[in-house]
Amino acid sequence: MSIQTPEAPTTLPPTAAPDTANRSRRSVFVRRPFFTIALIVAVAYLVAAIFAPQVAPFDPVQQDFNVMMQPPTVGHLFGTDSYGQDILSRVIYGARFALIIGIFAVLIGAAGGLVIGLAAGLSGGGSEWALMRLIDAILALPSLILAVAFIAILGQGVDKVVIAVGLSMIGPFARTVRGDVLQVRVQLFIEAAQLMSIPYLRVVWRHVLPNVIFPLAVQVTIRISEAILVSSSLSFLGIGVTPPTPDWGLMIAEGRDFVSFAPWMSAMPGFALALLLIALTIVGDGIREEFDPKLRKDP
Amino acid sequence: MTLPPHAPDAPVQPIFELIEVEQVFEVPKPGRPLFSRETVGLRALDGVRLSIRKGTSLAIVGESGSGKSTLLRVLLGLDKPSGGRALYRGKPIGEARARGTGFARDVAMVYQDARGSLDPRMTIGAIIAEPLRHFNIVPREGEAARIAQLLDRVGLPADAAERFPSGLSGGQVRRVAIARALASEPSVLVADEAVSGLDVSTQAQLLTLLQSLQRDMGLTLAFITHDLGVASYLCEEIAIMYLGRIVETGPTDAVLKAPVHPYSAALRAAAPQFFEPLSEPLPGEIPSPLDLPKGCRFSTRCPVAQSDCQSKDPQLGKLGSGRAVACIHPITQA
Repeated sequence: MSIQTPEAPTTLPPTAAPDTANRSRRSVFVRRPFFTIALIVAVAYLVAAIFAPQVAPFDPVQQDFNVMMQPPTVGHLFGTDSYGQDILSRVIYGARFALIIGIFAVLIGAAGGLVIGLAAGLSGGGSEWALMRLIDAILALPSLILAVAFIAILGQGVDKVVIAVGLSMIGPFARTVRGDVLQVRVQLFIEAAQLMSIPYLRVVWRHVLPNVIFPLAVQVTIRISEAILVSSSLSFLGIGVTPPTPDWGLMIAEGRDFVSFAPWMSAMPGFALALLLIALTIVGDGIREEFDPKLRKDP
Repeated sequence: MTLPPHAPDAPVQPIFELIEVEQVFEVPKPGRPLFSRETVGLRALDGVRLSIRKGTSLAIVGESGSGKSTLLRVLLGLDKPSGGRALYRGKPIGEARARGTGFARDVAMVYQDARGSLDPRMTIGAIIAEPLRHFNIVPREGEAARIAQLLDRVGLPADAAERFPSGLSGGQVRRVAIARALASEPSVLVADEAVSGLDVSTQAQLLTLLQSLQRDMGLTLAFITHDLGVASYLCEEIAIMYLGRIVETGPTDAVLKAPVHPYSAALRAAAPQFFEPLSEPLPGEIPSPLDLPKGCRFSTRCPVAQSDCQSKDPQLGKLGSGRAVACIHPITQA
């Protein structure tokens, strides 16, 4: 057997040159029109929330008894509520609370889920069993019920709602993280790293964690809407944030008694909430499908 | 290809020495009742004798299920053999591995699934930098240069360092795996089917690369393969495995030219030849290692088996000129 070959090819396949990568990234917005629209809506909410004082026409808690329960007019685009507060302004400020609660609650849930999921996935044996039964116990209750329980312990207020909703979301996050860890830790590159006698914790840090964090980040974007929904539900039940904070759930609850003759009081914040949730869900799904590690060719 | 000059009597310590190594896995007994915990021993390795001298290149050849990969895991110290002794430079492998990074640095591995052995979230540069940093091989400033040098050594352009494994072809990922293995400046390179599943021209390039690496850097090479052609091209010595035992070893050319064990002869005959019809394959399947045949393990399929083959289990015995065979009635060349 004699082989005469030149020493190796010195060219790489002409895939993923920088400009083609850019082109495919740009075309995401063309390929996914719904994703684009949803992203625009979500960004609009974000901008409105950040610049609420500039965007809102009125002070959200300013009461004006001359214009109580007015239907939508040019002056008050979304109408006014039973205290004469401008509903549009309250909806805009409400976006602030919704997004703050949603984002921070999900971050708490993701951080807690990451720790528990990693520990469960890596430990194995009895401690894994114990951790998974703990997660199962958390998962057995819907996150709303769990959040109600935490509120009962913590008390009311925006910060308490963030913590309660965050804690109640640890379960699902932990389960997905554990699943990913179980998948990653049997991969060959983990064994290859251990073969180099790299200490175990370093292998976890350098190889397991990065391969788990990305799917987790995708989960985070998807679950923000769930956190917002749970927090609004808490407010609707009257155990979340306290009046007169302009919170959507609270506003829907306040308008409930007048729904037969002033439907805009509940409808406007309800519509705002629904639109944001739909937009966030579409954006989250789009990100997942676009950046799913299993479908990705070159990051 | 000639054998390296070595005095057969000089007490040269081999790099690896396996003495009667056994590896028995406890597996659920087939057909056990639902709640029974009965297990049965699966002899993946059974009385393996092997020594790998410094600077040599050894091909370990055998069918699927013959214990090649188990042998490899023992060599790398990933599994402790359940019987016998596995020595690395005279010390048990497990001990050598536990005693710091020396063993890990000296013995590098190229996986069969090269893509799976590279972290998909790291760039090629980061992958190669990992052993460089871990073993403190170059100062941080010299790292990029060393990575470029290693990539060049395996025939990849320097800009490959910026790429991710997913952006490279099958042959290129294997080169990356080899570059990473070389990064720790090992003296032993263990490769598991490093060229299988590639197209022929890529295979040839990789073989040329491995051979020149072995020659230039004085590497000791343990190469697992099922391809006799690859073995004969790359390796001076060959060890043929059947059902967890090495049945014949010796210089590759001599063994392939005149196989002494009937199994080696059958393997040799089964390799496809140009312009020739395929020879009659061996009858039957490889027996289950759960239920080894009595006597010689090859007796059930051996074309020249005799009655005493069913009762006596032959051990690997010296045959002269560096060869050894485990057979009671070895084929003698007419």
